[in-house]
Amino acid sequence: MANADCIIVQGSNMAEAHPVGFQWVMEAKARGARIIHVDPRFTRTTANADKHVPIRAGSDVVLLGALINHVLTEELWFREYVQAFTNASTIIDERYQDPEDLDGLFSGFDPETGRYDPASWAYRTAQPADPSHAHDDASRGETAGAGGPPLEREPVQRDETLQDPRCVLQILRRHYARYTPEMVEEACGISREDFAYLARSIVENSGRERTTCFAYAVGWTQHTGGAQFIRAAAILQLLMGNMGRPGGGVMALRGHATIQGSTDIPTLFNLLPGYLPMPMAGTHDRFEDYVESIGTKTQKGFWADAETYAVNLLKAWWGDAATPENDWAFDYLPRLTGAHGTYQTMMAMLEGKVDGFFLLGQNPAVGSADGRLQRLAMSHLKWMVVRDFSMIESATWWKEGPEIESGELRTEDIGTEVFFLPAANHTEKAGSFTQTQRLVQWRHQAVPPPGDAVSELQFLVELGNRIRERLAGSTDPRDRPLLDLTWDYPIDEHGEPDPESVLREINGFHVSGPDAGRPLSSFAQMRPDGSTAGGCWIYAGVYADGVNQAARRRPGQEQDETAAEWAWAWPANRRILYNRASADADGRPWSERKKYVWWDAEQGRWTGRDVPDFPVTKEPHDEGDPEAGGAAGLSGSDAFIMQSDGRGWLFAPSGLVDGPLPTHYEPVESSIPNPLYDQQANPTRVSFRSDLAMNAPGVDGLGGAAEVYPYVFTTYRVTEHHTAGGMSRFLPYLSELQPELFCEVSPELAEIVGLEPYGWATIVSPRSAIEARVLVTRRMRPLPIAGRTVHQIGLPYHWARGSEAVVEGDSVNDLIGLNLDANTQIQNSKVTACAIRPGRRPRGPALAELVAEHQRRAGIDADTGDEKVTIPPPAQRRVHVPGEAPAPPTEDPTEEEDR
Amino acid sequence: MGLPSEHEDTGAGAGWGHSHERKGFFTDTSICIGCKACEVACKEWNRNPQDGDLEILGSSYDNTGSLGANTWRHVAFIEQDQERIEQARESGRRLVGLGMPGIGPRSGADAPAGAGGCGSGCGSRPGADGEPGAADRTPPDTPEFRWLMSSDVCKHCTRAGCLDVCPTGALMRTEFGTVVVQSDICNGCGTCVGGCPFGVIERRDDGTISAKGDRGRVEQDVPHHGTANKCTLCYDRLVDGQTPACAQTCPTTSIRFGDRADMVDEAASRVRQLHDRGMTEARLYGANGNDGVGGTGSVFLLLDEPEVYGLPPDPQVPTAQLPAMFRTAGIAAAGMIAATALAFLGGRR
Repeated sequence: MANADCIIVQGSNMAEAHPVGFQWVMEAKARGARIIHVDPRFTRTTANADKHVPIRAGSDVVLLGALINHVLTEELWFREYVQAFTNASTIIDERYQDPEDLDGLFSGFDPETGRYDPASWAYRTAQPADPSHAHDDASRGETAGAGGPPLEREPVQRDETLQDPRCVLQILRRHYARYTPEMVEEACGISREDFAYLARSIVENSGRERTTCFAYAVGWTQHTGGAQFIRAAAILQLLMGNMGRPGGGVMALRGHATIQGSTDIPTLFNLLPGYLPMPMAGTHDRFEDYVESIGTKTQKGFWADAETYAVNLLKAWWGDAATPENDWAFDYLPRLTGAHGTYQTMMAMLEGKVDGFFLLGQNPAVGSADGRLQRLAMSHLKWMVVRDFSMIESATWWKEGPEIESGELRTEDIGTEVFFLPAANHTEKAGSFTQTQRLVQWRHQAVPPPGDAVSELQFLVELGNRIRERLAGSTDPRDRPLLDLTWDYPIDEHGEPDPESVLREINGFHVSGPDAGRPLSSFAQMRPDGSTAGGCWIYAGVYADGVNQAARRRPGQEQDETAAEWAWAWPANRRILYNRASADADGRPWSERKKYVWWDAEQGRWTGRDVPDFPVTKEPHDEGDPEAGGAAGLSGSDAFIMQSDGRGWLFAPSGLVDGPLPTHYEPVESSIPNPLYDQQANPTRVSFRSDLAMNAPGVDGLGGAAEVYPYVFTTYRVTEHHTAGGMSRFLPYLSELQPELFCEVSPELAEIVGLEPYGWATIVSPRSAIEARVLVTRRMRPLPIAGRTVHQIGLPYHWARGSEAVVEGDSVNDLIGLNLDANTQIQNSKVTACAIRPGRRPRGPALAELVAEHQRRAGIDADTGDEKVTIPPPAQRRVHVPGEAPAPPTEDPTEEEDR
Repeated sequence: MGLPSEHEDTGAGAGWGHSHERKGFFTDTSICIGCKACEVACKEWNRNPQDGDLEILGSSYDNTGSLGANTWRHVAFIEQDQERIEQARESGRRLVGLGMPGIGPRSGADAPAGAGGCGSGCGSRPGADGEPGAADRTPPDTPEFRWLMSSDVCKHCTRAGCLDVCPTGALMRTEFGTVVVQSDICNGCGTCVGGCPFGVIERRDDGTISAKGDRGRVEQDVPHHGTANKCTLCYDRLVDGQTPACAQTCPTTSIRFGDRADMVDEAASRVRQLHDRGMTEARLYGANGNDGVGGTGSVFLLLDEPEVYGLPPDPQVPTAQLPAMFRTAGIAAAGMIAATALAFLGGRR
């Protein structure tokens, strides 16, 4: 980021939530970069930016789409880059229809299931698609790893003149044609001057000589179409040639110390280490089917070696028990039967389908959406284990949670047995953190943990030991996976397993042959024959030569700017991914100023300031072996080596479940009609039907709901606290800095509602009501949207009710409903409808009455607003889409509405 | 090199018999992100107790309020509208017009601020002017709104009021030119509290600290209660060659630590750099050796008048007027003696 000439921070409050990483934004600024903050609020990030562009929360695709449209219409895109490295010229299937044709839906939508069949989004190939290769579950996000479903290796058709109406670039032009500065003004509340400033800043700071960088965080992901917000930025960055180059990219800012690490070696239900997908029951019964679903051996790029990665993982986990005969113990892996995310699990708890629950470093009673539902769900468990530093609210809800106060739950009626086990914190144990930039950094133990507190590693190893002891001698085949695990970590005198031995297993090692026992130095050494094992293929090399490369700490002053000897970045200690794109098609740097990795013709290899992200001796004009899969199949300009066509995807033919291109949908609880389509909200969003859950009350401008809940609030963090507060509200030094929950409102809204500065306000959503101190500030600005004024309220979500922490307050997440992005199963928490009024909230049963009274006046119940398709018959269409004659939806949507 | 009165009161002049360089902070508020890490790191290192009653203070994001016995770094948050920004820009421009006291004499060889010269401060940018890497020199549009953040700290004055008025000798000048309370000598009389023109030093009452939770009730022994307390510029870290805790933790180098003379140089060139970019609201605070405290060990770059940040515009050490006061008192005493003598003489008649 320090190398960027312009940084757009959008969907993130980087200075507050990522202050350490923000030093590089400040460094870029000191070097002369322009910093622009696009955000509903003026925050500590904005205070250090050159420009604030206030935006209506949830309208980001309109803005980014308009920027895409602007650079396409004005021909400001980076032609050489786009031509060489993206799929702009690729021809798309004839059956593909755009939201511009279908009033907000892509082709392939099935109103019955609420899912898309992505077959019509595919690249056009010479032969018609073979139905036997169709992937049944491509419509479900949880079935794909990082690469998305594979593309068959068939010669794709391209029009290098970019004129074919079915080529990606032309589809892109049509798709975003109505995303204009005027539309931005109407939908986002951004003036045409501010839009022009933003567009100019990006255009002037892109190209051969300069680069622009985007940074986002949960301000983009926590929407019902969050993945598409990020895709929109990726399209813009590809068009401007800002990927794989210094100072470019779309930076995903991670909000905890090793959240990146916990997706690499995942704590996610749908992934295995190294972004391999979790196998699906029924579809991946055979190992070959599973491996084929990740990447076929004939496809280009590095997912063609999926089998190798999977075999090495299984071999690392099950050692000698993983043999070619039993498909490397593939059947030991559990199978998915659907999405098993945190919210699905919680709903299953409510239905009594879950007996036990381990909570490690999570505080769902405070940190997850619809807190009341979370706590009610836990009251259906038989037992739960909370491992934390402090007695967090997820451990105390049964005796002093809000439902105890309101009388909804009584302690004596709750059968859940809660075990609290104290945990060591990060200074009390050794291990690694993987941060935003994929840098794996080792930390050493500073002090021993107090009392009975132990590390996660010790806890889990011990738990495994005890379970295995209990099962010893079992002949039940279902116990084999546990009994056959390699579970032999050396234990020190304090009972702590050696964390470096785990790192060594993750890195991988030779199982047999002359080098048996030696650590691998790169994933290229992995073999699919059982002679090597490695727990996470992208981490291969972190323990090269038996040295903990993550523990390297050569100071930056003693190195060049790449600082390759500070810690270790996956994969292969590479600091910028896809850095082949930092050179042009001929392998020459785009400019002296942005020189990074280039082709050295004399030595016949790629070289530069970083580890080249490309087969190192493949010439720029190498055609690639059309018969071979994997790296050999890549051409010399296939810079995006993980993609099965080697190109950066402007149009995503697979991998996303809600469309190949980002399209604007309104947030579920928006009261603004979608200005672009009759389809109001994302039709694939995941919601849950329950009488307890007011999931999707859908105050989308219908009925009186918008009058009862006339405002929207957005949630966020402040620097002084950490997420649900487990690491901050229990510490006096942090608690005193932000002692009370507050809401941020504009002077205009305070005037309308009658709020006193630093007095109390009650905020009522369709699910709950909370109270907060009032911070009236001009940092909140009302926005003119579609002829009316939209007032946004800001609510940090760190507080909770309970007597254990130093400070307490209401939990903001109690207000939020369960509407998830179908790609990621992440909840919308950035746009929720609410009412606000002066004074404190009622106590006891009166609180529920206040919430119910609002629901009655709004006329909403658990069934309203959950219809997924909102396109009326052609005669009643509100939005005129100037596409081809609109095809009627496959089913009469009025039926949906009546349901 | 040094301020006019520096050697009288600091470093070698303070009777240490050796000459350490005088140490100080440069707090560049133009790059402060208001994270308050300095406040926390300071409290952690110095084991200072929790402050306040855990209620929202009513001052933007500031819930600390001011420096005091328990808080030795304090981050102020100031929300300003366009009119105020324009005033700040204008008043800063006037300071330059007047030669900007505190910068001029020390950097005579450099081009004057605002005259197009970049000075040494621009050297950190890659690429010479004219290359794409060079900074945008056009003055920024005056934003409609801004949010100032600034981390305040003890000034470690060249002529320190607290030290001057301390009757027990508990306050001392260290070999680094900083001012430190020796709590084992301090008797808690509180004279220094009134002696500080910045309102920094304060007497610590019998506070207690307790973090609740299952990790055991962490009762912190409150050190030094009943005595005067303030920033020591991490004296205990300096003697080990370490950086003070606040500067060490600051993620954006808004707080810098080093030889005081270097800090003043860095601050001055940073002001010139900002003026070159049209940000004429930037100005120095505490670098002027001719001010009422002889300049401060902690210098600041501010983006508005000092009063806006709660800093006195013209701090005066209370003992500054001591000779004049003694003179006046002497004249008065002489007059009274004369009058008395006269009365006796008259009475004898």
